[in-house]
Amino acid sequence: MGKMFAIVLVIIALASAYPIARHMYVPPEDISTHGHAIDDQLSDTMAEAGFSFLGAQLVLAFFVWRFSERKDGAKLKHFPGGAKLMVTVAFIIVGAEVFALGVLGQKAWANVYFTPPRPDALQIQSQAGQFAFYFRYPGLDGKFGAIHPDKIDEGNQNFFGLDPANDIESRDDIVSGELVIPVNREVHLLMHAKDVGHSFYVRELRIQQDYVPGLDLSVHFTATKIGRYEIVCTQLCGLGHYNMKAYLNVMAQDDFEKWLKQKASEQ
Amino acid sequence: MSSTTYPSVRAAAAPRVRSAHAEASRSGIWVGICTITMSFMAFISALYVRQGASADWVHIVLPRILYFNTLALLVSSATLEMSRRALPATPEIDGSAVRRGLGWLTVTLALGLFFVAGQYEAWRQLAAQGLYLATNANSSFYYVLTAMHGLHLLAGIGALLFVISRLVVAGNRFRRSTFEATAIYWHFMGVLWLYLLLVLRTKL
Amino acid sequence: MQEASAQPAHVHAPPEGFLRKNVFSLDHKVIGKQYYALGLLAVCMGMGLSWLMRFHLVWPTTRIPGLELLSKVGAPGGIITPEYYLSLLTMHGTLMVFFVLTNAPFAAFGNYFLPIQIGAEDMAFPRFNMMSFWTTFVAFLVLVLAFVIPDGPPISGWTSYAPLSAVGQDAGPGMGWGMNLWGISIAIFCIGSLLGALNFIATTLDLRAKGMTLMRMPICTWAWFITSCIALLAFAVLLPACILLILDRTAGTSFFIPSGLVVSDRLQPHSGGSPLLWQHLFWFFGHPEVYIAILPSMGIVSHILINSMRKPLLSARVIIYSMMSIGFLSWMVWGHHMFVSGMNPFSSLLFSFPTLTITIPATIMTMIWLGSLYGANIRITSASLFALGFISMFVSGGVSGFFLAQPSIDIVLHATYFVVGHFHMVMGVASIFGVFAGTYFWYGKMTGRMMNEKLGQLHFWLTFIGTYCIFMPFHYLGLVGNIRRYSAFVNDFTGPLMPLHKFITIAALCTGAAQFIFIFNLIYSHFKGKPASENPWEGTTLEWSIPSPPPWNNFGDKHPIVYHDPYQYGVKGSKGDYIMQDSPEPSAG
Repeated sequence: MGKMFAIVLVIIALASAYPIARHMYVPPEDISTHGHAIDDQLSDTMAEAGFSFLGAQLVLAFFVWRFSERKDGAKLKHFPGGAKLMVTVAFIIVGAEVFALGVLGQKAWANVYFTPPRPDALQIQSQAGQFAFYFRYPGLDGKFGAIHPDKIDEGNQNFFGLDPANDIESRDDIVSGELVIPVNREVHLLMHAKDVGHSFYVRELRIQQDYVPGLDLSVHFTATKIGRYEIVCTQLCGLGHYNMKAYLNVMAQDDFEKWLKQKASEQ
Repeated sequence: MSSTTYPSVRAAAAPRVRSAHAEASRSGIWVGICTITMSFMAFISALYVRQGASADWVHIVLPRILYFNTLALLVSSATLEMSRRALPATPEIDGSAVRRGLGWLTVTLALGLFFVAGQYEAWRQLAAQGLYLATNANSSFYYVLTAMHGLHLLAGIGALLFVISRLVVAGNRFRRSTFEATAIYWHFMGVLWLYLLLVLRTKL
Repeated sequence: MQEASAQPAHVHAPPEGFLRKNVFSLDHKVIGKQYYALGLLAVCMGMGLSWLMRFHLVWPTTRIPGLELLSKVGAPGGIITPEYYLSLLTMHGTLMVFFVLTNAPFAAFGNYFLPIQIGAEDMAFPRFNMMSFWTTFVAFLVLVLAFVIPDGPPISGWTSYAPLSAVGQDAGPGMGWGMNLWGISIAIFCIGSLLGALNFIATTLDLRAKGMTLMRMPICTWAWFITSCIALLAFAVLLPACILLILDRTAGTSFFIPSGLVVSDRLQPHSGGSPLLWQHLFWFFGHPEVYIAILPSMGIVSHILINSMRKPLLSARVIIYSMMSIGFLSWMVWGHHMFVSGMNPFSSLLFSFPTLTITIPATIMTMIWLGSLYGANIRITSASLFALGFISMFVSGGVSGFFLAQPSIDIVLHATYFVVGHFHMVMGVASIFGVFAGTYFWYGKMTGRMMNEKLGQLHFWLTFIGTYCIFMPFHYLGLVGNIRRYSAFVNDFTGPLMPLHKFITIAALCTGAAQFIFIFNLIYSHFKGKPASENPWEGTTLEWSIPSPPPWNNFGDKHPIVYHDPYQYGVKGSKGDYIMQDSPEPSAG
């Protein structure tokens, strides 16, 4: 039975590692400027994880194969170096890994969170509510009109609760169900929650950030490839959570300006 | 004169019989104090975070009766200690010592009840000012903290009643370890209240 | 400590009458078995819920016959609605984390064996002990009541994030009375757990037999002791959090709810509260809670491994110190559940360091277990197979944690199936393997009859292979970006993943079915199992020095005296290759 344990474990370990080694399940192509650091860190971690995982499972399998149900009289041995060796090795190897990944890895985090958005970044406001995302562009005046929660009226497409009659700034605001942005231009996405917690996740952008009711949060990023990418909600927000999604539409600069003009005329 | 023996000398003369269970009672009450402290730390952290989360913090003037309540609670700790002195840790306690101990315990109980009544009166005074549980964040924490402390104090009052009843019924055979644990708990209620009062005064 | 007089005559009188012996018992052994039974009931319910969830994910339009009886509204015609899926998910998590993983390895086995292993007659406070079980049982009833009420169970997940959980009925189905019941149940559960933890600590500190120094306690006793210290402080934070949540829901306070929220077209009257405050309070409890779930199993597995290997670990002391460091570090890492939550991103880095550092004691423990296997002579039994399986599962689950500990990688993996795979492997499998191992090991002692070995080993193979088939693929799904807590997969990129999901569902249903072998074995062995001797596994610790099952006061009228550390194996003793802790024979070395 001990030998069977070893065999089964080896099969399981190799079978588990196989899809990873063959890159069968990987995040989609990175279309951001900051994402390569994240992807590098992910690969490094995967390599170390693979090594640790396979190493431990194979050692376990080997030891169980070799040292289970031995014939009577087999002498008990102790691993040379004993506990001292284990502790030392663990501290050194794991300590080094922790240091490397922790210290070096913070750069990827810093790229996303510790660099402020450029002053000329395109500001877009997004609102997450049960169960849709809406996006608002500030229009020619470059300013967003105030949000009045009591004026929200989905039936009349007033998703943000704007009051153009009394707020001049909101008169030229452009509201869209799609997040349309120009390629290679930094976007500063303001995040407003209408009701409960939500989250903004675009896999290809390597951006995930929660919307917190009551907090003014934002992320900034630059998309480098034209295309249509799915935005999904990743914070449990109610029965429609599974279906709460929108699209990020990255366009060439000219196409973006055309789209913006057209949208402005429709509002 | 020569027949007077001081309680401390009398206690030292008797062998220190501390069974494993008496030790466990002591460990138990201190462990309980740790957990109660931790839960109040959680409430107070919540208070600090909530205060910083929003600009809607409104100052509350604490009802004056709180200070009388505090005095009562502190004095009750002193009277509890008096009853402890009166009841030595010997297997046999004579009738007059039991009566003295009971006397001080009853005073402690009365002061504890006064505290609870006073806390309730403070609530009434706040309500008269229009400050209820949900009026604002500040009032919410006032009611929550005083209610939580009050509930724990009521448990202490229950313990005091139990000790008193055992003393009345069993006289000199009452279980010392329960009494000691109750005393430690009661003193803790006083210390905790002092800390809460400090928080209420400075943050509220 | 103190120069103890003789132990008191009896902790409590011998029980008489059916109710006193079996229902409202003060005997820690009966209470331990009651906790086990509650854990067993909860795990059957939780597992059933997971079958419903997995079935719905891959066959959403297939009718589940009879399900409409469970909920007319939630599963009309036997088809689960999106909101009912979330209810099932919420109850699955709540039942499993609280009523299974805190109950079985900790409250059940700890209650039964901690007093015996330290040589005591019972716990320090038997009445509190009985109260703590019945309090936990009442909490269970309150929770399960949510299934029965018209509105149904809550849909906010076992983590109940505000404001979804705090605004009340407007948030969705089940968020009225269902959510209230959840809050009340968990608050009651906290009280029960705190009472239990208090008992464990006082008992360990003060009721040890003569010669039983702290370092002579078995590793599993240490694990229960450390776990109770953590539980004492962790549940003390969850209780206030639940109270504040209930107040927000019912009394109009605004601890967690900011102003200006429009939920279901209704402007909420609250203002100024902080949703992140709930997350901080919850996870300050929640992270130590997962160590409460795993530490007892680590202790049980170590204990069983040593007995099976017939040699001590390279160092029991290092294992104990590692468990202590894990317990200590567990208080500093809660923010790793909140990396992308909107909290200060600098805090995320601060939380990341201790999270990564926990890898060190976890690795030390794994290396000690592996290194101890070298040169051993492992007896393969159901118990030892599950103990060995635990090591494998702990490695698998721990390795995925390493990814999630890094905030930048968490950007990609947060809220995906990768996280679900990680915590299921460590909690849902590894921790449960500890419970299985303990059951096979100690069933004879607890009932007087041994469990059937052949069935046990069959149970092991099916479960070991089955759980890998279920949970390893979760990591692949997560890497691709499959989001968790979705009642259906309607994203562009999830279509190609459906075959893998089907594989998982089939594996889950098969592995679930295999658990009936275990349940059958539990019941069958009770009546037809081989009678158990006092020491069927040739063990050294005090539980093997008393009859199977033990008398009501454990050691009869003799008080054990301890002469040795708990793991004198591989040495010449009067009984063979081991010396029992209470044997006056001289130690080895």
